[in-house]
Amino acid sequence: MAKLDPNRSECAFTDFKAPYDRDQAVMEANRCLYCHDAPCVTACPTSIEIPEFIRKISTGNVRGAARTIFDANIHGMSCARVCPVEVLCVGACVHNLQHVPPIQIGKLQRYATDIAYAQRWQFFEAGAATGTSVGLVGAGPASLACAHELRRLGHACTIYEKRAVPGGLDTTGVAPYKMRADQSLDEVEWIMGIGGIELRTGVEVGSRPSWAELQAQHDALFLGFGLGVDTPLSIPGEELAGVWGAVEFIERLKLGKVAVSTVRNAVVVGGGNTAIDAVRELLGLGARTVTMLYRGTEAKMSGYGHEWEAALVEGARALWQALPVAVLGRDRVEGLRCLRVDDDKRPVQGTEFELEADLVLVAIGQAKLGELVAGLPGVGVERGRILVDGEGRTGNAKIWAGGDCTNGGMEVVNASAEGKRAARSIHAALKGGEKGTQGHG
Amino acid sequence: MVDLSTNCGGIRSPNPFWLASAPPANSGPQIQRAFDHGWGGAVWKTLGTPIQNVSSRFGGVDYRGLKNIGFNNIELITDRPLESNFREIYETKKKYPKHAVIVSLMVETREQWQDIIKRAIDAGADGLELNFGCPHGMCERGMGSAVGQEPKVNQEITSWAVEYSTVPVLVKLTPNVANIVPHGLAAQRGGAHGVSLINTIKSIIGVDIDRFVPQPFVAGRSTNGGYCGAAVRPIALHMVAALAREPEFRIPISGIGGVTNWRDAVEFMLLGASSVQVCTEVMLRGYRIVEDMIEGLTDYMRDKGFSKLDDMIGKAVPNFTEWGELDLNFETVAKIDANACIGCHLCVVACDDGAHQCIHPAKDSRVPVVDEAECVGCNLCQIVCPVPGCITMAPVDNGFAPATWNDHVHDGKPLRPKKAAH
Repeated sequence: MAKLDPNRSECAFTDFKAPYDRDQAVMEANRCLYCHDAPCVTACPTSIEIPEFIRKISTGNVRGAARTIFDANIHGMSCARVCPVEVLCVGACVHNLQHVPPIQIGKLQRYATDIAYAQRWQFFEAGAATGTSVGLVGAGPASLACAHELRRLGHACTIYEKRAVPGGLDTTGVAPYKMRADQSLDEVEWIMGIGGIELRTGVEVGSRPSWAELQAQHDALFLGFGLGVDTPLSIPGEELAGVWGAVEFIERLKLGKVAVSTVRNAVVVGGGNTAIDAVRELLGLGARTVTMLYRGTEAKMSGYGHEWEAALVEGARALWQALPVAVLGRDRVEGLRCLRVDDDKRPVQGTEFELEADLVLVAIGQAKLGELVAGLPGVGVERGRILVDGEGRTGNAKIWAGGDCTNGGMEVVNASAEGKRAARSIHAALKGGEKGTQGHG
Repeated sequence: MVDLSTNCGGIRSPNPFWLASAPPANSGPQIQRAFDHGWGGAVWKTLGTPIQNVSSRFGGVDYRGLKNIGFNNIELITDRPLESNFREIYETKKKYPKHAVIVSLMVETREQWQDIIKRAIDAGADGLELNFGCPHGMCERGMGSAVGQEPKVNQEITSWAVEYSTVPVLVKLTPNVANIVPHGLAAQRGGAHGVSLINTIKSIIGVDIDRFVPQPFVAGRSTNGGYCGAAVRPIALHMVAALAREPEFRIPISGIGGVTNWRDAVEFMLLGASSVQVCTEVMLRGYRIVEDMIEGLTDYMRDKGFSKLDDMIGKAVPNFTEWGELDLNFETVAKIDANACIGCHLCVVACDDGAHQCIHPAKDSRVPVVDEAECVGCNLCQIVCPVPGCITMAPVDNGFAPATWNDHVHDGKPLRPKKAAH
């Protein structure tokens, strides 16, 4: 697997949530009510049997706890760190209704999965070979979860990845105070530990190999190539040095180095989770002031409230209901010209003001890559997203898809769930297909 | 005004809270500190021929993160010289004349009983407690529960002690018997002024699953010990109540077994105890717990309109009866308070797997639905529900007059149709 620079910028960060030691984990586990049909399970896209794994932690059966987690979600380690548990499992904990602190499910999951990684416990074996082969495009969580499940069912898998490093946004996009790139690569290795998953990096599917070649080589395809480049502001001056797409900038700080310590006034444009991550990362890397510039109100931002609260604690500033109309500067960015916007997000003429900025990150969305599949008959695309049904099936009977390229950009846990679900569907289809494997699979 | 002053078989103390004969009552300095904290009396750790103890001596039962809901020990009677004990008894009584110092005793022969009783009384004991209960170690030497399990021996030794004593004599009973009543009556026949119960229950507290040795660990081996602590309270309550409701049994009871707070003490007293003795909770939390016990009992009595302990002692005894005297036509069903329910579905799974399959998940709400036509009123749901007051057992007017099993068998009184018995 690719080597990472040990001095890359993200290494400046430490965990924002301290891990549990055994005593803390057992004490927290013992608070769990062990609900039946638990709301936390319903809230988890991968339906981890949360009360069960927590009970196992409380009895000292950590190996069993990890098995329960990974059996439902092979990304259990990264999800424990990066899931927005506040709006998923922890948010659904019944303790909230009693105004009692909810169970720290993410931290308990991290406790069990970290031990599993440290102990190198392996829980899964590849199924008996079915003789069928599946090609997966993109090496992010969706494809990895799909491939792992397919291997448990006995299908051969080849993953095609454009980048040098696998793991998708888990590797290149996760806020480093939640998980570092090396931990994501550990996870990829852990998942691939089931054996029989071939990973080809540096491959641009569509040209080499072509879609036709890929279809010829595999009995089924899974598309999990995520999203494309940052959406530009499309305003004058955007080409100036010091103006970055936020996703691109984050990838650079995750895998390489960015110089932020001399930044006096950083501005992040956008109001989503990528924008908040970028704000917190810039603050963590030493930018003196970091301002989020968002055309909506605080109440309407799409980023999670708990993340924004954390950013405020760390010193974030915000300019609500404002819109950049030009990037100012000679050789590099020196400021932004902005307009106020009204409650319907429409610019109000005559409200122009200028904002000093020596670094601008643009976090207003990412390109949808639907056009990539133009050459694939039957695969429907709507507003850049690949259309799939509840099992991840596209309109082409041999092609499935999942993750951000279908859902438009959600959490790792959604991608993992969609990948696994598609694997089940692929398996069902292949069993009944030309190379039928009834009696073997 | 609430008066907590206590008289248990002629032994008087400022309140009913006594330290039981055990490690917290091992020495004068300890007991004096306990009195400073507010304890009304103390039963001095059993005196006899001083013994040699083992390491280690104690074990605990933990449950879902709660430590020591049950506890046991394999410690024996005092290992300190009798002279030290008697000297400290004298000093303690001199310093605390109004507090009760009861001296627990355990020896073998009649002569030994005569001698040790005299010395205890000379030292200033307000009462004696005959240890006929210890279920480990001493019983192998023919003492402790070996005496308590034989009513004739119990009666005989009790009569010796009563003969030699000028202060009240309590007999401490062992629960390691099939029926406590004959043993209490034997003590009464021997002339005892009261009984104290229960002593500890024969037990193995746990097993070290890595070393394959029961606990507590003593050089690779272990032995049965005496079980105590909060978990034994139901057994103790039953035995206290069994004696209290026995018409022939007329002497006072000092209640022991899992008393941890004022509520527990109230329960014992309502079932007939005149005083309560505490060991384990003090071992786990210290003498300071008595502050809450005194306050809680005082406020409880004030709330209930009781001015003295006698107003409440035994008040629940008439309501403790045989199964055959329970009203079979009394019917309840579970009611779930939708506003209080947090949707954990513990009642659903408990009813499904452990009861009568009559609580079901609702279609569009986390608040489960009770099928009242099927609900037998067992109250398992109420017990598992984590929200106090969320599930109540509501009486149902089924039109049937009260009828016990005995009524039904003897007088043919009609019984209501059974529910969920298809």
